[in-house]
Order: sequence, then structure tokens, then C-alpha cells
Amino acid sequence: MRTFLLRRLLAAIPTLLIVSLIVFFAIRLIPGDVIDLMLAQNDIATGTDRARIEAALGMDRPLVLQYVVWLGGALRGDLGTSLWQNTPVTAQIAERLPISFELGLLAMLVALLFAVPIGVYSAIRQDTAGDYLTRSFSLLMLAIPGFWLGTLVMVFPSVWWRWAPPLDYTPFFADPVANLAHMLVPATLLGLSLSAVTMRMTRTMMLEVLRQDYIRTARAKGLSEGVVIVRHALRNGLVPVVTLVGLQAPILIGGAVIMEQIFVIPGMGLLLLEAVFQRDYPVISGVFLVVGIAVLSINLLVDLSYALLDPKTRRA
Amino acid sequence: MTQTPDQKPPRAGAARGPSPQDDEPLLVVRDLSVVFPSRRTVARNGAGGGSGSGSDHGAVWAVDRLSLEIRRGETLALVGESGSGKSMTALSLLRLVPEPGRIASGEVRLAGEDLLRLPEAAMRRVRGDRIAMVFQEPMTSLNPVLSIGRQVAEAIRVHRRVSWRAALARAGELLEQVAIPDARDRLDAYPHEFSGGMRQRVMIAMALACEPELILADEPTTALDVTVQAQILELLKRLTRERGTALMLITHDLGVVARYADRVAVMYAGKLMEQGDARAVYARPRHPYTLGLMASVPRLDDPPGRRLVPIPGQPPDLSELPPGCRFAPRCAFVHGRCREERPTLLQAPGAASGHLRSCFGFEEPSGPQGAGAPARAGTPAGEGTER
Repeated sequence: MRTFLLRRLLAAIPTLLIVSLIVFFAIRLIPGDVIDLMLAQNDIATGTDRARIEAALGMDRPLVLQYVVWLGGALRGDLGTSLWQNTPVTAQIAERLPISFELGLLAMLVALLFAVPIGVYSAIRQDTAGDYLTRSFSLLMLAIPGFWLGTLVMVFPSVWWRWAPPLDYTPFFADPVANLAHMLVPATLLGLSLSAVTMRMTRTMMLEVLRQDYIRTARAKGLSEGVVIVRHALRNGLVPVVTLVGLQAPILIGGAVIMEQIFVIPGMGLLLLEAVFQRDYPVISGVFLVVGIAVLSINLLVDLSYALLDPKTRRA
Repeated sequence: MTQTPDQKPPRAGAARGPSPQDDEPLLVVRDLSVVFPSRRTVARNGAGGGSGSGSDHGAVWAVDRLSLEIRRGETLALVGESGSGKSMTALSLLRLVPEPGRIASGEVRLAGEDLLRLPEAAMRRVRGDRIAMVFQEPMTSLNPVLSIGRQVAEAIRVHRRVSWRAALARAGELLEQVAIPDARDRLDAYPHEFSGGMRQRVMIAMALACEPELILADEPTTALDVTVQAQILELLKRLTRERGTALMLITHDLGVVARYADRVAVMYAGKLMEQGDARAVYARPRHPYTLGLMASVPRLDDPPGRRLVPIPGQPPDLSELPPGCRFAPRCAFVHGRCREERPTLLQAPGAASGHLRSCFGFEEPSGPQGAGAPARAGTPAGEGTER
């Protein structure tokens, strides 16, 4: 187990390195750099101002050198300073990360709460009206883009009922109810779009598992259908579903960026979006590094959870 | 057997040994039929429209008006080729016929009570408690994610009000009785840590968990190594004998029949061909199919150099059965009537009472009934093999 963990952690290093490289150079390819934007707010700036700012921000040095400096800082836990706010990037991320984490967790929870029971229902009622209905719904959720649905949820209730989802962010520990009220709609929307694939996977796996010999054995013991499904079928069927949930992590993060924008949630997504608009390079690099670490950690957790679900992998 | 608090409560018919009910068979099956609806669209498209008249006969009667009896403590061997409906018969006794199959007719009386009329909840109380089953595939019949202790204990807990702790203790005892080494220490082990033979022992322990009146063993040794097969059968036989449990042993191995069965029922294409005392059937089969089966396997008492004679042809397609006797196309003794009428299961002429067969008679190929005619031909197994 320890060697497994060690190997996984070592394998994460090149991945993160490549991610940081791509992000660092790609973001600088976007036309209009940060200094153009800064100068655009000031009509009287001259060429000498530009050179001064470049030197002040350390951007007059060669790009490769800038990367090495950034990487050296990152290794020491220093992700640099925001070009605009003049605050450390780590501080900004530390402030925003828990908010996004909460949104992601809630969305995942919503996704599983929808997908697993409905997937199971769909499997045991295979080819009935209920099965078709839930499958159609899952296709629909798969087909509708989250940003469109999010916009609809924002616009229509306010037109019809003069009501809109709350948009004032309250920290969870300041007022949990207000916080959850704000998070509920975006988390549900995110979760529903994730649940589509999970639901289908759960259904397929349950159909597969319910055909197995050990399900027949369980029934022959006289177990009720509920026990057969929950105790004997679901656990076997969930292994691939858990993998899928892990693979969905990047999709979840991508969706969160959009939802945070629509519902004004000051999380990592919003931070990233602002940073991209402002060409705040250190913030962008920092956010991507943290997101990369998050995705890798989720996948590691998924792999570790196999041991809980499948005894065969426990001693391997 | 050790007395534990999870002993079953007294129950009608649970008492074993001599009792007034002893004459009444434990299980009586009458005219049981299991049907699988036709896949008409498949047949139509696949056959290029040539199926014509056969299309509404496309339904498969996996078990066709089968009748048999099992007495308390008795071992009945159900014999036949693959696809003859043996497993389906066993599953239908538990009402676990897989979709889209269904039990179309008949009755299954366990100690007088028709199981086919029970509500599902009452049927669940029969499964595992009064009738238990051991399946053919020990490798896939245990749940891979649950420990074996838990799986055995669960079989107890479904039917007895005991704690997990007590059930697990009892599971340890049961696993010891089926001769699993270090049984009590291996309650936490998972199926993948066991060999096929050991897993089948676990299955047997599970079947014994509630001291059922009847155990259905569906080819319990087919998937196992030859060396392990005899151990498992001996174990099953010994444990059922000790407990007075009736055993329905499904097999295609006539050697197993001779060694372990009290009575034998021979199935072919969903229908019972012959039923009787195992020794009598073995000594002198009254049905050409049984004869053919016996001629096609070697026996220790064969004269040296005897050739094995396979039954020519193939078992029929169950969706397109011949109009007469199902075995007629392959029967060496076939005559005109066999191709037109379907024989029913009747007392075999000249045989001991209770020796039944489904044949118009083959001892006298020219005479349609052959009633009372002494056997003249067609017993390659030879006379005088009674043991």
C-alpha cells in the first residue's frame, strides 16, 4: 500500500510540471498582455512607463527565466503575487478554494443522490415506462448545456414570479442557511448534468450485476429483493460508478467556473475568470496548479476507494 | 450437531424419523411446466420467412408437464443431457425461473402445501429455510465483495431471529462441518481466497444453514476437479443422511447416480422419460433413452473391449419439437405410433411398482404396447448387474 501511494505521488510530479508549463506559456500567447491592459486605463502613459512597469513586475526578463523563478517559488509554496491586487496568490487561492470545494462537493452529492437511486430503479424496472422516462430525462440533462440552464434558472423565475435565486454570497460559517440557499441552485444544476452519465452507468452496471450467479444465490437464500439489491448487487455495481465519478472531476471543475460566474459565487472559477480577463499571470498559473493537484488527488482517492468496495484489490 | 440458540422453532413436518406422515412424500410435483416465450421477431427475420407453420410454436417449454416425488430423507437423482430442463426444474421449485421464463402450470407441493400458490413473501420464507439450493458454479455463485462468514451467517439471519454474532458463530460451525480447514479463522476471508472445491463447501454450508427439508444440488461437482468431485458428493451425501434431509441431485453422470441416488428420474427435452428406484433403473432401464445413456458411458463391470455406443443425432430444438415422442428421431426402437402420439408417464410393464416410463414400449418393436412382454432385446448393460 505504501509503495502504491509513493508511486502515485511520484507519477503526479511530471503531470503537474507539464500542466504548469503549458499554462505558463499558453496564457502569454493571448494577444494583449497585462501591461497593455494597465496602460489602457491611463491615457498619458508613455513608452518609458511601459518599460518601468515591465521591470517592476519582473517581466523584462526572458520567459524561460520567469518560468524557472515561478517554479522555484511554487516549490517553496510561494505562487507569486497578483499583478493587480498586489496580494500573494496563495492567499487569494486559500480564500477561494473552500468555496469552490463546497460547491463541487454539493454538486457531487446531488449527482449521486439522483443518479444512484434512479439508475437502480431504472435497472430493476428495465424496459418499463419508468425506465424510459428516467433514461430520457438523463439524456436531456446530458444534452442541455449547464450555462444555458443556469441562465434560464436566473431569468425565467424573475420574469414569471419576480423571484430570482439569491446571489449574495455568505460564508458557510457565518450563516449556513443563507450559504446553502445560495449554493443550492448552482449545485443542483451542476449535479444534474453530472448525474446523467452516472445514472446510465449505474443502470448498466446494475443490469450486469443482477444477471450474476451470486444474485441468484442471494435470492435462493430467501432474501428480500431490497436486500438483494442493496447488499448484494449495489456494492458490486458501484465500482465502475466510482471510477466514473472520479473521471468527472475535471468536468465538474469546468462546470463550476461557469456556475460561479452566473451565480456570482466567489470561488476559484470566478477568480480564474477575472484573472484571465486581466491577464493576471501568476494567479492563472496558481489556480491551474491547484486544480491539477485537486484532480490528481480525486483520482488517487478513487483508486483507494476500490479497496473498500472490492476485497480483491485489497491485498494486491 | 451442537445445539445453538438459533435452532429453528418446531414446524409441521420438521420432525424426522418415523412419523405418521412418512408415507406422504415430502415434495410432490404435478404437471409442472416452465415456458419461455418465443422470440418471434428473431425467428422470423432469421429464418428468411421459411419458418411458416412453426412460428406460433416458437415458445420453448423448458419443462413440460413434469411430475415427480421426493420422499423425506431420500436422494433423487435428476439425470439428463445439458438443456434437458434439469436446472430449470430445480429453479422452478424455488420459483426462481429467470426472466422471461415463467411457470406456466402445475403444482409443487411441499409437505402438502402448493408452493406455486404462495404469495411471494411466503415463498421467500421457504427459500433457504425449507428448500435450499447448491449451484453448479461455485466460482461465481458467491458474492465477491462479502466475506464468506457474512454470506453464510446471512442465510441464517434471513430466517432466524439471531444476532449477527450468533449467526457468525453458527456459520463457523457450519464451515467446520463442511471440512473447511481453520474454518473459524476464515470467516473474514473472501471468496477469491478459496478454491473451487472450498467455495462449493461454503455453498453447502450455506444450504445447510437453516436445516432445510430439501436440498437441490444442481450439478454441484461439474465445475470442479475430478479429485474434488467425489469429496464434495460424499460430503453432501453424508450431511444430508445425518440430518435426514432430502436431496435432489441434478447430474448427467450416471456413475454418480448409481453411487448416491435412491431413486432416479431421467429427463429429455423438458420431459420426464423414466423414473424409478435407482438400482432397478440402473439394472434394467425401461426407456430407450436411459438405455442409450447407459450404453454411452463406460462401466466398471463392462466386459473388456466393450465399445461405447453414443446416441445418434442431437437433442431436439425445444421450440420445434416433433409431434410424437421427443426421443423418436433418435430412438433405435422407434415405431409408427411414436412419431404421431406423445407417450405419457406410466407404470412400466413388468417392473416394480413406482417404476414409471414415458414410452409406448420398445421391448417388442412390432407390438405397440408391449405390455407384459418380457424384455428380449436392448439391454446392452446386461442382466444380472443388480448389486
